[in-house]
Amino acid sequence: MSTETPTLPPMNTLGFLRYTWRQLTSMKTALILLFLLAVASVPGSIFPQRGNNPLLVNEWIAQSPTFGPIFDAMGFFDVYSSPWFAAVYLLLFISLIGCVLPRTKVHWRAMLAPPPPVPRNLLRLPESMEFEVDAPTGAVLARANAHLSSRRWRLVLTEKSIAAEKGFLRETGNLVFHFSLILILVGVAVGGLFGWKGNVIVREGQGFANTLTQYDAWGGGRFTGAARLSPFSFTLDDFNVDFERGAAQRGSPSLFEADVTYRRSPGTVAESTRIEVNSPLAIDGAKVFLVGHGYAPKIVVRDASGSIVFDDSVVFLPQDGNFTSTGVVKIPDSDPQLGFQGIFVPTAASNNLRGPISIFPGPDDPAVFLSAWRGDMGLDAGAPQSVYRLDTAAMEQLGIDALSPGQTWVLPDGSGAIELTGFERWASFQIAFDPGKEIALLGAILAMTGLMLSLFIRRRRVWITVAATAGGGTVVQMAGLARIESADLPGELQLIREAVSDLAGIPSATTAPDVKEWM
Amino acid sequence: MNAMQLAGASNAAVYASMVILTLAMVLFAISFAAGRRRTGIVQTQVPISASIGSTALLTRPALDAPTEDEAGRKSANIGMSLTWLGFVVLLVGVVLRGVWAGRVPWGNMYEFSISTAVGILGAFLIVSLRRDVRWLGLFIVIPTLLTLGLAVTVLYTEAAQLVPALKSYWLVIHVAAAIICAGAFTLAAATAGLSLVQGRAERRGKAAMAKVPSAEKLRTFTYRVLAFAFPLWTFAVVAGAIWAENAWGRYWGWDPKETWAFITWVIYAAYLHARSTIGWRGDRASWVAIAGWAAFLINYFGVNIFVNSLHGYSGV
Ligand code: HEM
Repeated sequence: MSTETPTLPPMNTLGFLRYTWRQLTSMKTALILLFLLAVASVPGSIFPQRGNNPLLVNEWIAQSPTFGPIFDAMGFFDVYSSPWFAAVYLLLFISLIGCVLPRTKVHWRAMLAPPPPVPRNLLRLPESMEFEVDAPTGAVLARANAHLSSRRWRLVLTEKSIAAEKGFLRETGNLVFHFSLILILVGVAVGGLFGWKGNVIVREGQGFANTLTQYDAWGGGRFTGAARLSPFSFTLDDFNVDFERGAAQRGSPSLFEADVTYRRSPGTVAESTRIEVNSPLAIDGAKVFLVGHGYAPKIVVRDASGSIVFDDSVVFLPQDGNFTSTGVVKIPDSDPQLGFQGIFVPTAASNNLRGPISIFPGPDDPAVFLSAWRGDMGLDAGAPQSVYRLDTAAMEQLGIDALSPGQTWVLPDGSGAIELTGFERWASFQIAFDPGKEIALLGAILAMTGLMLSLFIRRRRVWITVAATAGGGTVVQMAGLARIESADLPGELQLIREAVSDLAGIPSATTAPDVKEWM
Repeated sequence: MNAMQLAGASNAAVYASMVILTLAMVLFAISFAAGRRRTGIVQTQVPISASIGSTALLTRPALDAPTEDEAGRKSANIGMSLTWLGFVVLLVGVVLRGVWAGRVPWGNMYEFSISTAVGILGAFLIVSLRRDVRWLGLFIVIPTLLTLGLAVTVLYTEAAQLVPALKSYWLVIHVAAAIICAGAFTLAAATAGLSLVQGRAERRGKAAMAKVPSAEKLRTFTYRVLAFAFPLWTFAVVAGAIWAENAWGRYWGWDPKETWAFITWVIYAAYLHARSTIGWRGDRASWVAIAGWAAFLINYFGVNIFVNSLHGYSGV
């Protein structure tokens, strides 16, 4: 926090290093780094970020082939893990440590040191007073001492004076605040290195076990191993959802909740619970959050001979707020292979321009629109395929049709038949393990406490001298000093005056008449 | 009252408060203009820091209240009374809205805006109980009216159930803190802006705005408001993080709304540092305070309306 004007750097290495360090830990540098941090955070709110929305990032890059790759190389799609962002906050934290450590030492010494001695001429200080008390000097000082001590001033008492000081918690709070910021950073780092996070879609009636292979997507920190996943499992028994039907915000979800049965590990007793949006299930330090839901049409497919080759519900992914959902059905074991691309709409509306579309997220009038394909769906090539995409390159289209629940479409050329028997719901869960979040929370609580101490506590000093008068009374001189204006020194001095005069409520010499201050 | 009547009464109260506040604005403007015509008010120099030991001292500047002309004072007084009235009427409108919706009245942007208008007026009126801030009235009523105008025209939405993500008592805590901060940030931006204008006039030795305190006093005032608001904003951000952890499984995800809350926080932290950095205490610090407010506004309007964010519950 050196605020002296910078001098030119000395030419030898050691001097130069020391100069650089002093610059880095100066208040002005802290200020500039804070600005840099603010500015560096901005692009991440403008460009889509890989961590939040990888699909959107790919789309962005695909749509602007010139700038996309340049921005990508500059880290604009991963701002908060980019080297330049890290550089700013690491510099800031180095500056912080370099700033706070010496300050702690100074503060420690100041706390051990006695209050500074009484200045020569008290009445020259702006906040001061002089008055007479009808009591001997010793008694006056004793009263002042008792008063200040009871209010926990630190003080030095001599025969003729008192020097007192209060408000050290201000600086303590400031130091605690800055140290706590480091603690928060540690919490974030621990979470990033040891934590993990995964997403999984579970259909009604189906189960999930916490192993890597069961996740649709999973990401972990450098020190997280798949072997460390705790062995819990759960079954989605029931999923309830409701949508707003009034004119206002029609279609926005008004309720969704998942009833699950879970086990902490295989073989332990099963327990039932309900997971809602703001109330996750906590197991073994991991938390299971309900983050989304959708429809899984139930489909039965028969081959040319009429025997059932497929009978299951299929997860369709919602594409818009009204749950117009897309998915595919693959029948690799029939000969030739059969594949269907489908659009499921919970509440159908005919729209000639945009094709099948849903007009309400609830299942008021469900239907599925299918496009049937026959041929080689390319599974044998060995490359893993998404369950949500059908590779139609080597396939021949048989036709398209729309089905309501209970309806069957007999495919042309005797290829078989497909029936929509109904639908199920699925819920998607995010399962997260973050061992650093308690550290970060502790840091945040300490930071807020320190901040309030540092902003609301007023550090102030008071000096009192006494001199005996001829008549056995005492002339008292008092003065106070504070760094901030709001320290209310006049009020403080008045309190002491009342105490030493032993006459509560005497009219004050310094209190202004009872008008509001102008401002 | 049935639902329709409640809705009607709430809207009527909001409109009524806008009429009242418009009148207040006119009266504040008259008072302000009356003060402006006076010339030659010399501001006392503020002595800076006599340093003794490690504790420096800022002496209290002399009370340099300018003499007021009668007409200006009268209209400022009526303006204050009207502001109180507008505040109460608006508060009734906001409460009725909450009763109608059957929950806290900040579930969408319209509701957040009218609650924020209450926050701005409330912050101003609370300060006015302890200090004579009639000179500030004009600069408080204008942003309040802008907020309300935007609310009833662009942002208006019928009351609806909360989306499940918002059904949490953290909503009450987090947004209530944000609303109080909105009020305080606006107050501070107004006084910071005034300090810039006043400071320039003082440096030229020309007629400063007579009704308005000296630039140094305005800066001190700005600092005090922000010293109160910054911990509260810190709390609002932390409460939001706790809520996000509960709802989405991560306490911080650099969602645009979170990012701008962070940017706002960092800028105000920079402001507090600027106040204790030589060469930055004056106009530069005031600019930083205004930048913080701008970041807050971007978060409030820009991100809600233009950016696709998890927090997109604005209802517009
Ligand atoms: C992570 C970055 C930082 C943040 C968020 C931060 C935040 C804050 C805040 C909010 C305050 C106000 C508390 C008060 O006025 O007492 C403050 C004060 C202070 N900060 Fe920082 N700070 C940071 C880094 C630094 C650094 C790097 C330095 C060292 C140069 C520093 C030195 C100080 C000092 C000396 C004060 C006390 C000012 C005074 O006495 O009024 N801070 N800081």
